[in-house]
Amino acid sequence: MTSPQIEIQLIAAVVAMACAIPGVFLVLRKMALISDAISHSILPGIVLGFFITHDLNSPLLILLAACTGVITVVLVEAIQKTGLVKEDTAIGLVFPALFSIGVILIAKNANDVHLDVDAVLLGELAFAPFDRLLMGGVDVGPKSLWIMGSIFIVIIALLLLFYKELKVSTFDIGLSSALGISPMLMHYGLMSVSSVTVVGAFDAVGAILVVAMMIAPAATAYLLTADLKKMLLLSIFFGVFSAIAGYWMANLLDASISGSITTMLGMVFLMVYLFAPRKGLIAVLYRQKQQRTEVSLITFLLHLNNHTEENERHINHLQEHINWQKVRSKTVVTLALKNNMIEIDNKVVSLTEKGKEFTDLALEYIITNKDEKIEPMKDDFFLFRG
Amino acid sequence: MQNPTYAIQVDDLTVAYNYKPVLWDIDLHVPEGVLMAIVGPNGAGKSTLIKAILGILDPIAGSVSIYGKPYEKQRKQVAYVPQKGSVDWDFPTTALDVVMMGTYGQLGWIKRPSTKEKKASLEALEKVGMLAFKSRQISQLSGGQQQRVFLARALVQNASIYFMDEPFQGVDATTEIAIINILKELRKAGKTVVVVHHDLQTVPEYFDWVTFLNVKKIATGPVKEIFNDDNLTKTYGINYKVAVNK
Repeated sequence: MTSPQIEIQLIAAVVAMACAIPGVFLVLRKMALISDAISHSILPGIVLGFFITHDLNSPLLILLAACTGVITVVLVEAIQKTGLVKEDTAIGLVFPALFSIGVILIAKNANDVHLDVDAVLLGELAFAPFDRLLMGGVDVGPKSLWIMGSIFIVIIALLLLFYKELKVSTFDIGLSSALGISPMLMHYGLMSVSSVTVVGAFDAVGAILVVAMMIAPAATAYLLTADLKKMLLLSIFFGVFSAIAGYWMANLLDASISGSITTMLGMVFLMVYLFAPRKGLIAVLYRQKQQRTEVSLITFLLHLNNHTEENERHINHLQEHINWQKVRSKTVVTLALKNNMIEIDNKVVSLTEKGKEFTDLALEYIITNKDEKIEPMKDDFFLFRG
Repeated sequence: MQNPTYAIQVDDLTVAYNYKPVLWDIDLHVPEGVLMAIVGPNGAGKSTLIKAILGILDPIAGSVSIYGKPYEKQRKQVAYVPQKGSVDWDFPTTALDVVMMGTYGQLGWIKRPSTKEKKASLEALEKVGMLAFKSRQISQLSGGQQQRVFLARALVQNASIYFMDEPFQGVDATTEIAIINILKELRKAGKTVVVVHHDLQTVPEYFDWVTFLNVKKIATGPVKEIFNDDNLTKTYGINYKVAVNK
């Protein structure tokens, strides 16, 4: 690997980490679209900042753009508060308006400088290593690495300091407010951090990829864990993985780096969506199939429990009576036999001791709907796991 | 005049949504150590009253004091159980973790919960019979179990006054009895408990104090004295006949 190659991957990885953390909270607060809005509406802030500083990496530009980000959120909330339109409509009204102001400003005044709409939307990671940071005349590395690195460190520090405040205000606004942990403060804090992250990252990866980097890793992690800390760590992992893998995909295909990273983020989500152990599509389908079989089993056992007379329990009669296909009857009978719940004597089926116990437990659960009744059955059967 | 002998004192409280008042000029004096139901029809402002007392909503007029001081100075004296439906139960967290959130107020900003807070939270879970579910993801709990977790979270706040918004909504009969027994224990320990309540039949059995509310305060006082057809009719607008234990 050449050193620009390493630097590009480093920048992509740091951007991914910085985006993943606010992304988790945006996803949990059901505000994913806000990151899309912010990423577009910061454009006028960037343009104004650029006019003043003539430097795309100036801190003042980042500050101005972050302010436009927060203004977006304020405007969206103000429009929503009128009660005339819903939040998604308000978002759709605000960010194109702000974005278009930026577009007009660029077209009017900045045609001859290095700032165009394409660059803002898509970014170009490949160029990032060319813009160096000089300290006392010494080259210390690409500017965007320093900018995103600093933003990442600030984000980590804020997360460690305010983890419990972020958690409670995300989960339960009412309690948070009653405890004196102002949800408004946390909300605008998160919005400011998201804005700064988007601004810092847009130059390297573009406004579209920033959204993907915030939302996709968090959404992927959400499918895999029921623990906020693990969700944060997994998001960071998926972000960094997609950034590096995307870079090499671009290398292989000779395609846009940011495009490849975004594709990779989507593919990782798709894989997890299909194969996640609990919430994944395949797991869900498998569980539904199991549940169908188990309901059949319980129906079958209840039938046996209800009838002492032998002719009701004859294996051929059962098939007609419960009105199942041959295959299904066979699966159920095999499952019951395998679990020692029934015995077959001269084609007459009867419940074993264990089968009787199980049926009683199931009945009690059906009647009382009390969860503790079925706790011991949960290990064996999907049906009761909810 | 703020009177510190009242657990809760509400004076001339008016709350509005978009300039439309949902609570008009409420005066409410709640003595210490009562178990009080707030009853009234839908849209009567029951939840709004609690939220305004807790500073979650800003009133357009009036004042609230807890033991004679503004709520902001008495946060640690007060525990709050919001409506179960007000949070997202798919949030990635466990029962124990939700209970620990009750300790965040005492901890203050930045400080993390330690083993002491964890121990208190486990005790609270045990009290509501949910210790076995401590590591269960909250979406995997039944409605009654979720409500018990919320109650445990309030218990761990170790407050003097408890506000609960419809704690019996969507819970099974066993949980309802378990919850009311814990509330009665709290009263026995001298705590004040305020509950937004829907089931008029159980008011005389569960509570010793009641407030009738329908945008305006209709009546407040001991159940034995004021829980009668007259006040029910005034509150609900139709002729109500309920069996009142005299």
